[in-house]
Amino acid sequence: MKIQNLTALALSTALASGTAAADLVLPDLSYRTGAYAAGGIPFSDGYQDYLNMLNARDGGIGGEEIRIVECETGYNTEKGVECYESTKGEGALIYQPLSTGITYQLIPKATADNIPLHTMGYGRTSAANGEVFNWVFNYPANYWDAAGVIVNYLLEENGGDLKDKTLALVYHNSAYGKEPIRTLEALAEVHGFKFNPIAVDHPGQEQKSQWLQIRRERPDYVLMWGWGVMNQVAIQEAANIGFPMENFIGNWWSGAEHDVTPAGAGANGYKSLNMNRIGDLPVFADIKKHVHDAGNAAGDGSNIGTVLYTRGMYAAMLAQEAIASAQDIHGVSDVTPAMVRDGMEALDITAARMKELGMEGVGPEFSVTCEDHGGSGLGIVQQWNAADGKWVALTDYIEPADDITTPLVAEDSAAFAAENDITPGCYKG
Amino acid sequence: MFYREAGDFKTSYDADSQTFPIAFDRYRYWVVLAVAFLVIPFVINDYWANALLVPFLIYAIAAIGLNILTGYCGQVSLGTGAFMAVGAYACYKLMTAFPDISILIHIILAGGITALVGAAFGLPSLRIKGFYLAVATLAAQFFLVWLFNKVPWFYNNSASGQISAPERFVFGIPVTGPNTEAWAMYLICLVFVTGSAIIARNMTRGSMGRKWMAIRDMDIAAEIIGVNPLRAKLSAFAVSSFFIGISGALFFAVYLGAVEVGEVFGINKSFLVLFMVIIGGLGSIFGAFAGAAFLVCLPVVLKLIGVDLLGWPPDLVAHFQLVIIGLMIMFFLIKEPHGLAQLWRVAKEKLRLWPFPY
Amino acid sequence: MSADFLYGIEVVLNGLMAGVMYALVALGFVLIFKASGIFNFAQGVMALFAALTLVGIMEGQVPFSHLINEIFGTEIHHFGWHVPALLAISLTLLVMVAFAWAVQRFLFKHLVGQEPIILFMATIGLAYFLEGFGDLMWGSNIKTLNLGLPQGGSRVIEDMTAKLGGDDFYGFFIDKLDMVATLVAIVLVLSLICFSQYTKQGRAMRAVADDHQAALSVGISLNFIWILVWSLAGLVALVAGVMWGAKSGVQFSLSLIALKALPVLMLGGFTSIPGAIVGGLIIGVGEKLFEYTIGPMVGGATENWFAYVLALMFLVFRPQGLFGEKIIERV
Repeated sequence: MKIQNLTALALSTALASGTAAADLVLPDLSYRTGAYAAGGIPFSDGYQDYLNMLNARDGGIGGEEIRIVECETGYNTEKGVECYESTKGEGALIYQPLSTGITYQLIPKATADNIPLHTMGYGRTSAANGEVFNWVFNYPANYWDAAGVIVNYLLEENGGDLKDKTLALVYHNSAYGKEPIRTLEALAEVHGFKFNPIAVDHPGQEQKSQWLQIRRERPDYVLMWGWGVMNQVAIQEAANIGFPMENFIGNWWSGAEHDVTPAGAGANGYKSLNMNRIGDLPVFADIKKHVHDAGNAAGDGSNIGTVLYTRGMYAAMLAQEAIASAQDIHGVSDVTPAMVRDGMEALDITAARMKELGMEGVGPEFSVTCEDHGGSGLGIVQQWNAADGKWVALTDYIEPADDITTPLVAEDSAAFAAENDITPGCYKG
Repeated sequence: MFYREAGDFKTSYDADSQTFPIAFDRYRYWVVLAVAFLVIPFVINDYWANALLVPFLIYAIAAIGLNILTGYCGQVSLGTGAFMAVGAYACYKLMTAFPDISILIHIILAGGITALVGAAFGLPSLRIKGFYLAVATLAAQFFLVWLFNKVPWFYNNSASGQISAPERFVFGIPVTGPNTEAWAMYLICLVFVTGSAIIARNMTRGSMGRKWMAIRDMDIAAEIIGVNPLRAKLSAFAVSSFFIGISGALFFAVYLGAVEVGEVFGINKSFLVLFMVIIGGLGSIFGAFAGAAFLVCLPVVLKLIGVDLLGWPPDLVAHFQLVIIGLMIMFFLIKEPHGLAQLWRVAKEKLRLWPFPY
Repeated sequence: MSADFLYGIEVVLNGLMAGVMYALVALGFVLIFKASGIFNFAQGVMALFAALTLVGIMEGQVPFSHLINEIFGTEIHHFGWHVPALLAISLTLLVMVAFAWAVQRFLFKHLVGQEPIILFMATIGLAYFLEGFGDLMWGSNIKTLNLGLPQGGSRVIEDMTAKLGGDDFYGFFIDKLDMVATLVAIVLVLSLICFSQYTKQGRAMRAVADDHQAALSVGISLNFIWILVWSLAGLVALVAGVMWGAKSGVQFSLSLIALKALPVLMLGGFTSIPGAIVGGLIIGVGEKLFEYTIGPMVGGATENWFAYVLALMFLVFRPQGLFGEKIIERV
């Protein structure tokens, strides 16, 4: 009896949502529970608030209302698959899983189901090669770009010479954490610095040994590729051993407010990358007016303006631009996922457009082509000011090390293509 | 009235030693198999396969394996996640090294490799008993996960450290990779589940199973009457790991397609399968299925009710999921400490007498 | 003395302190197992719940605010007051006592006399429930714990010992929080030992741990003792949650510290308080030393599994743990 009811329920929900699709469906695979909730909550808040604001202020994109379907993954791969399967039938246009593990699952599935995947600044780095990964985009930058940006920043700080310096990398012992190692090894060979990777086991609650090692070895710079509790503990331990915080640089997933606040004043001077420039953007006032004041905020409204909230909003903006571009190219407002993919491939984000949208300078300028789904790879370096409780941008957008990363991307995507019988080439529709 | 043994006389030794001596049970078994093989493949869709049926079948195999070890032989094991990882990685290496051999053979071979590994990690069971034995399997759990993360040979030196299953075909139909149809995924898992359940049921009914149960109940007495504890315990580990390895290979190749060992095969997986076995009922093949169904389907059902039907925000629903699952576990344990299988047995007992009260 | 040797000593000292932190968590397990034979899987979640409640009370959070806001459409999050630390700790203790009472009354009263694995499963259900309940009550976002505990390495010790080695040696690094944790642990263990040896209730607790039937027959209320034991475990959980949460913020990962305590329990024996301490120290030193000496050769991050291998090696020689009760089997 129960199974019958549930079948009827599932079928009717699927049918009901199918027929209601005269709007643009954007799924939000969020994680508001579990070990990484601290990072997932502000990102999802930013993503949803921006889209709801578009609905309230502009009536959607191109006149079509946006419908957000949120699904809780808890950063768990199996739940991510379940969320994907349950939402794809509703006409989902773009998937942004915010988890490298779930991304790896979805790459083959989304390709087979013809739904584009946008994994900005995470996921499979070699997806920048659009000829192999027709349906996966990781603009504006990826992990290997991040490694290049950090090294270029350090080169600048040291007058162009890093010879005989030591760079240690404290990384989460998972696929995500291991991503930059190959690039950093290649860069070490080119620039002559010593590279020392130090692994931290999941979840990273205990890092005493690693930081004692750093205290003994006194590397010149420490980079961090962490997520979740590993960030907070690492910054606390670095402050504990008295490591000079200005030489401690995390990537863009290790540089949010909640990572540095537990350490209090000790975290002052910690640097991190960011793919966005944060600040008091005019669009936040719009979001406050149309969404928060109307009682429609995605979370409790306290995250507005933070690093991850801005990034979530930026992701939503990129989705908006992709859909608008798709509507432009195909001349219809009710677009399909395949049309959105074309829109993403034709995306061109300029400084003028970002200013128009009320978020001047929030991201780098870049354009996407069929061969290059990875964007320009630029990132800024920001520093935490504990007294004011703010991140301060130290630099403008820095170039990555394309000469090193491009051949690596080609090599890795070729291996993927060989393993999976894909003939590289632009998508012909 | 329907469920009776009165009037059912066996006329051959074979009939006497049937698994299902009562006719109603036999018919029920055939009907379930008929529905599973002949009806469901035609009505299944992607969501039902991916969210409910395929994980249920795969966890059922793992639960059968763990039930043999913990339920029938009494050795507590918390290394299920790592043994599933061994199965998955073995399958991956075999698939990439011998792409022409059928994946069915690879899966069985992966089970065999896991059996060897499981027997090796089961050696401490000869000295350590009870909950303390869990430490040996926990050491296996963490060590194997670290090993698969650290040694590049296991993931074919890929830059990301993840393994992904290339597309493979059985009789021309894709069963791994993204182009797999829902019914193909479902059928291949169903075939393995049916095979595993038949093998496990008959093994536990036979002398091997009796030896295991003797060890579980009182191992000193078992040794006195001639049960070799080394053989019995190691064979329990080996057989159990065989099933767990198969389930790991299926989990990787058919269900997920790409796996990162720390996240998918971590200690949480071990606990999850152990919970399935305990809730389902220790020492019962049906219990493995019941526990797997409970822990796989209940969260999805709760999510469907909470998010789709009632429209609540997903994080509240996720919190309520935990609360309700916890409450249901506690409630079931208070009502029937021996698990869902015991409830089933009691129901059958009562049904035998129905409609008479005694 | 060579820098390497001195660094080795530093690793040993830090290992001892890490061991104390593990032992803090393991103590809760031991208390409950000793008195009632239940392996409390929910101990880690209890630490998380206690820390969440403490922060929630201190910050004046409205319990169940997300749920209330969803149902009634309101936007309340905080009461607006801040409770001083000591008062908040006492209130949290009251909450843990209420929790202990509820667990005893609604769960374990109905499961008297069941097998250990069934009781273990019940605590698993409890862990799920408490995790969801804690999230519902206080929210699942990360919270900062501000009890004024000192953080950072002790510069005094560093400067004092820097002269021992050569240029390569920078002085011993001893974390101030670890020192506080060690002191707190010593005080806690001493008071627990005093309580169990010299007070009437403590004696009753030991009697119950020895033999339930005999304790009943001399008129000890099993119910009361079990509530007492669970409350003590709640207190230990609160201390552990505070110590670990001060470093990493109060969030879900805090419940994973229970996994760190498992090898400690197995090494020390499930039924012995000194065993938990000694086991913690051995595991702490062992895993840090291994990581320091052999870790770099095999690629690092060995701590997780080496703790279990160490416990396994000890168990092979003493199957009931170092201090556990000898398992006597009768045929």
